[in-house]
Amino acid sequence: MKGRGRVQIRGLWVDLEEFHLKDINLDIADGEYFVVLGPTGAGKTVLLETIAGLHRPCRGRILLAGEDITRAPPERRGIGFVYQDYALFPHLNVAGNIAFGLRLRRMSRSTIEERVAAISQLLGIKHLLHRTPRTLSGGEAQRVTLARALVVEPKLLLLDEPLSALDPETREALEQEMGRIHRELGTTTIHVTHDFEEAVALGDRIAVLREDRLGDSRRAGRIVQVGTPEEIFRRPANEFVARFVGVRNVFRGEAHLAENGYKLVSIDGMEIAAVTELEGSVHISIRPEEIILSREPFLSSARNTFRGRIVGISDRGTVVYVTVRLPPEFICMITRRSLGEMDLREGMWVHIAFKASAVHVF
Amino acid sequence: MRALFADRMRVLFVVLGSLLILFVAWPLLRTVTASGPVVLWRTLLDEEVRGSIGLTFHASLIATVIAFVCGVPLAYLLARVDFPGKRLIEGIIDVPIVVPHSAAGIALLMAFGRRTLLGQAFGLLGLKFVSAAPGIVIAMLFVSLSFLVNGAREGFEAVNPRLENVARTLGASPWRAFWSVSFPLAWRSILSGMILMWARGLSEFGAVIILAYHPMVAPVLLYERFESYGLDYSRPIATLMILICLATFVALRLVTGRGEKEA
Repeated sequence: MKGRGRVQIRGLWVDLEEFHLKDINLDIADGEYFVVLGPTGAGKTVLLETIAGLHRPCRGRILLAGEDITRAPPERRGIGFVYQDYALFPHLNVAGNIAFGLRLRRMSRSTIEERVAAISQLLGIKHLLHRTPRTLSGGEAQRVTLARALVVEPKLLLLDEPLSALDPETREALEQEMGRIHRELGTTTIHVTHDFEEAVALGDRIAVLREDRLGDSRRAGRIVQVGTPEEIFRRPANEFVARFVGVRNVFRGEAHLAENGYKLVSIDGMEIAAVTELEGSVHISIRPEEIILSREPFLSSARNTFRGRIVGISDRGTVVYVTVRLPPEFICMITRRSLGEMDLREGMWVHIAFKASAVHVF
Repeated sequence: MRALFADRMRVLFVVLGSLLILFVAWPLLRTVTASGPVVLWRTLLDEEVRGSIGLTFHASLIATVIAFVCGVPLAYLLARVDFPGKRLIEGIIDVPIVVPHSAAGIALLMAFGRRTLLGQAFGLLGLKFVSAAPGIVIAMLFVSLSFLVNGAREGFEAVNPRLENVARTLGASPWRAFWSVSFPLAWRSILSGMILMWARGLSEFGAVIILAYHPMVAPVLLYERFESYGLDYSRPIATLMILICLATFVALRLVTGRGEKEA
């Protein structure tokens, strides 16, 4: 089983007349959860469909588990696919949808029943097996499509904006669920999304895809950066990534309950107060404009106050980003005028403060 | 119901619309009620009438089967693939609807007549079209295939191509994906296209009469009785044909109506 889900994409070009993918190179390790992040229309679906064998590339190679599958038809690749709009077979009930791939493999009735039961158990959809797709909510439908793709034990799972059609609450629940299922099954996964937080929460690594306009209607997508979530937002490769990701403070930590209903999130030995329902391994993000900078210690209603040293000042015209190292680095946004009035310089010790409600946990 | 007469404009529209409905319904009703059951029964016992109705049904069914075998694949291609000349192909499919059917008969005669290449080739296989049942079949096929192809194409267009994509990734060959996903989902449209085509074939007169006056299909028999013996002798056949076609149509509405309820 070792290495069965390794993906290598070498110099892949796709030409769909209106849309192109340019020179895509990716290396995805076996068992990795890989996220392709990009704005709508950057060719994320085309990339996935090409990996699945639904479009033929004009150049380049795709290797799965070391085997060249560039010319293999989709049915021989062992790649599962989940679309944003579910694409459940409307003429089959939920059980029939899940069993579709198993039936094609001519499995015995009892084996099929067993495997459908097992995967439904894993996804918590056992009670839905006799329903028709039309009667399912978005979250239920997406669980069924995941079950349908996973039940045939694909080497690679492709997810095309699987959470984008869901309401925020369902989305958060399913997002955690997908993390859990991935840990349990260890299926190599490529997940495309335009949502940065989704990418950070799920991805071991992220590739940022951008779209270039070639004339009036023709567009081309290419990958501009690949890295861990931290690398992407700490060291954006270029202006596009920086803009798309936005300047933010994102950290990974452990959330646990404190008194007074607050949660404390431990990162690098610091405890940050936050308001959230989540517990365990989480990410937090704090917008640079939510952080108050001061040279003197001060008393305020903000639950979080820390002391650190200025390690960078980046002038962006009317606003200035100040990087403060506590141990982790926080980026704070202040006006140019404040910078002058406070006379801030690199190497100076300062205090920062932000409210618990300014901490977004995901 | 009340919404129909909500204001003066609607009342006027109701009156105008009703005129058209009456224009269709009244002559049909007159014809159906003019011949009593006894006369209809006697007409049904008439060997010639039964033979020609049987021939009509049969020929139209064969035409429909031929159109199904070649037309469903064509409809699928038209629904799924963009290719140069697609508009032209779609135009060709619709042409039989717009040309006069007697002209269609002449055109078929030019291609399948005794002294033509195709006529002689099929002659070697023992198939002749002029004044023979195969001629009736190709005449019906020509004038009614648009209904099946267009119906099936609309059916396939309504099937999300992503369903086929998913089926492929789950291990289905293109052939298998077609039979287990696209075809069953488009089936209702295909079936309603088939019924429409079959009904249209039954009623064909112009193209058939040019290719094959004999053996006589029901519309031709009706025409001949009218010409030779007058209204009284042709009317019962007309009544029978109308009743049969109405029954077909009701069946069609039931088939498609059930689909709407499910969807």
